[in-house]
Amino acid sequence: MAQIKLSNLRHSYMPSPKGREDYALKEIDVTWRDGGAYALLGPSGCGKSTLLNIISGLLTPSEGQILFDDRDVTTLPPDQRNIAQVFQFPVIYDTMTVGENLAFPLKNRGVNASTIKRRVDEIAEMLDVTDMLGTKASGLSPDNKQKISMGRGLVRDDVNAVMFDEPLTVIDPHLKWKLRSKLKELHQRVKATMIYVTHDQTEALTFADEVVVMQDGEVVQIGTPVELFERPQHTFVGHFIGSPGMNVLPCEAIGDRAVFEGHEVALEGPTKGDGGRTDLGIRPEYVGFGDTGIPAHVTKVSDIGRHYVVSAMVGNIALKAVTEHSVPEPGSQVFLQFKPEQSRVYRDGWIATEERAQ
Amino acid sequence: MRTENQRAWFFVLPVLALVAFNALVPMMTVVNYSVQETFGNNQFFWEGLGWFEQILRSDRFQAALGRQFLFTFMILIIEVPLGIIVALSMPRKGFWVPVCLVLMALPMLIPWNVVGSMWNIFTLPKIGLLGYFLNDVLGINYDMTQQPLSAWITVIVMDVWHWTSLVVLLCYAGLVSIPDAYYQAAKIDGASPWSVFRYIQLPKMKTVLTIAILLRFMDSFNIYTEPFVLTGGGPGNSTTLLSIDLVKIALGQFDLGPAAAMSLIYFAITLLVSWLFYTLMTKDDAE
Repeated sequence: MAQIKLSNLRHSYMPSPKGREDYALKEIDVTWRDGGAYALLGPSGCGKSTLLNIISGLLTPSEGQILFDDRDVTTLPPDQRNIAQVFQFPVIYDTMTVGENLAFPLKNRGVNASTIKRRVDEIAEMLDVTDMLGTKASGLSPDNKQKISMGRGLVRDDVNAVMFDEPLTVIDPHLKWKLRSKLKELHQRVKATMIYVTHDQTEALTFADEVVVMQDGEVVQIGTPVELFERPQHTFVGHFIGSPGMNVLPCEAIGDRAVFEGHEVALEGPTKGDGGRTDLGIRPEYVGFGDTGIPAHVTKVSDIGRHYVVSAMVGNIALKAVTEHSVPEPGSQVFLQFKPEQSRVYRDGWIATEERAQ
Repeated sequence: MRTENQRAWFFVLPVLALVAFNALVPMMTVVNYSVQETFGNNQFFWEGLGWFEQILRSDRFQAALGRQFLFTFMILIIEVPLGIIVALSMPRKGFWVPVCLVLMALPMLIPWNVVGSMWNIFTLPKIGLLGYFLNDVLGINYDMTQQPLSAWITVIVMDVWHWTSLVVLLCYAGLVSIPDAYYQAAKIDGASPWSVFRYIQLPKMKTVLTIAILLRFMDSFNIYTEPFVLTGGGPGNSTTLLSIDLVKIALGQFDLGPAAAMSLIYFAITLLVSWLFYTLMTKDDAE
C-alpha cells in the first residue's frame, strides 16, 4: 500500500527528442492517495498506456521521477515495485491449473506452501472461482481468465497498486457490468490503490473516485466524476465526457457576458485573460426551451430512451439540447435559454471564466 | 418436399481417379508383389506371407532397421533442442529479422542430392576442406570413407545442417505469436527466465513443435538421397539405412517379392510411429 507520486514525468519513444511533439508524455505531475480508485481516461494514443507502463516499471521514463511513499522507484524493475497489472487481453499460464496460476507469483517469491494455500483460497473465494481451482486455466471463458489474471495480482499481500489496462476489452457486454462491480467490490475489500486505464467514460466514471483525463500526452483535468461533468476545465473534457458532449460554440467574451451569433449570454462569472480563440461551452443538459431567448431552428430530434436529444441551428452553428419533455417538432422555430451558472467561456480550449461565489 | 439424389458423388470422382493412379494402384501393385514369387518371364507363383516372415527374421533387415532408428533418434535429439535454442536467440524485430530468416531458409532450398555431393566433397580426406583441416591441421584421424564412426558423424552433421532450420522456423513462428503482455505479466509475477520458457514459450510453441517433430521424424525415417550420395551406405554396411537397403534389394538384386514385403513393413512402421508421436504429444489437449 502506498501513495504514488509522479513528478515532472516526461517520456519519449525517440532516442533524442527535440520538440514538444516528440514526447508521448509531455509533463505529468500527479499524486495518488493510498487506497484510492483512479481512472486514466482518454482517447487511444493519448499516452495513458505509456503512463501505466512507466508506473509498473515496464518502461523507464525519459525524465522525471516516480515515488512510492517518497521512495524513488524510477529505475526499479517491475518485480521489485510490488505492483500488479491486468492487461487488455487476459494473460494466463495455459499449462497450469487455476490454483497454480494464482499461486505462481507467490511461488516465484519463495513464499512457504501453507501461506500460499491460505492466500490462494482467500483470493479464489473473493473472485468466486473456488470451484475452478483444480481445472486447467486454458479452457476458461474470457471473463474468468481475466478474473484469474486479476487474482494473480491480488494474491500478493504486499501490492502497492493494481493497474488495469483496459481490462474489459474482450469481455462480453453483459459480463462487463458484472466484472466491473466485482472490481469495485474488490477495491473495497483489499484497499489497494487501483489505477484503471480506459477510453470508455462509463467505465471510468463508475469505477473511479477520481478521474484523470488525458489528451496528447498531457493531463487535462483531474477530478471526481461530478467535477468533470459539472465544470470541465477544457473543452476536450467537456466534449469527451457526457453523451452527447458539451456544446462548444464560437463567441466573443465581454466581461461576464458572451456574445454568440449576436445574442448576449450571461456567464457563470467574469472572464479572465484576453486574446486567443474564445468559445462558449455549455452542456446540452443545461440548454432549455422557453418563450424568449436565442432563436433556433430545430433540425432533428432523437429519442434515446431516457430523454430526447434535440439538434438545432442558431445561424450557421449547430448545437444540441437534452430534454425530457416538451419536445419541439423538427423544423420548428424555438427559443433557447442557456443556464447562466453552467455557461462558460474557454480561451484556446482552457476555461477562462471565474467560478461564481456561492 | 425434399428430393435427394446421389449426384454429389460425381464431384468426388476426379479426386478419386487421381488418388487411385498416384497412390492406390502403385500401392496395390506392391501388395501384389509382396505375396508372390517370380522367376522372370512374368510368371508369378503364390507365396503367401512368406516374404514378410523372411524379411522380419533376417539379420540384414533388423540391422538396417536398428541403424534407421538410431539415425532418426540422433537427429531428433540434436535438431529439436538446437532448433528451439536458435529460435529463442533470434531477434524478434528490427533489421536482422529478415536476414536471419533468409540465412535459416538457405539450407532447405538446396536440392537433396546437391547437399549430399557438397558434403561429400567437403569432407573427403586430403581433398575436402573439412577433411583436410581435420587430418592435416588438427591431426585428427578422420576418414568418412573408411571409418564407420566418421561416416555416422558426417551423415548426422549433414542432416543437422540441412534440416535444423525447419525446426527453427516453425518454433520462431510460434514464438513471435506470443503477445508482449505475457512477458510483461511474467516480469510482474517475478518469473525466472526458465519459468518464462517453461510456462509461456514452450506451451505456445507446442503445436508447431508437434508438427516439426512429426515432419522431422517422417523425413529422417525415409531419408535416402543425402546419405546415398555421401557414403553410398558404406563403409561396409555401416550407414546402410532402411531406404538404401530397400533400393539395393529391389533394384540391385531385383528381388521384387522381398522388396515389396519390406516396403510394406517400412510403411507400416513409419505410420505407426507417427501415429504414436502424434497421440502422445496431443493427448494433453484432449483433457
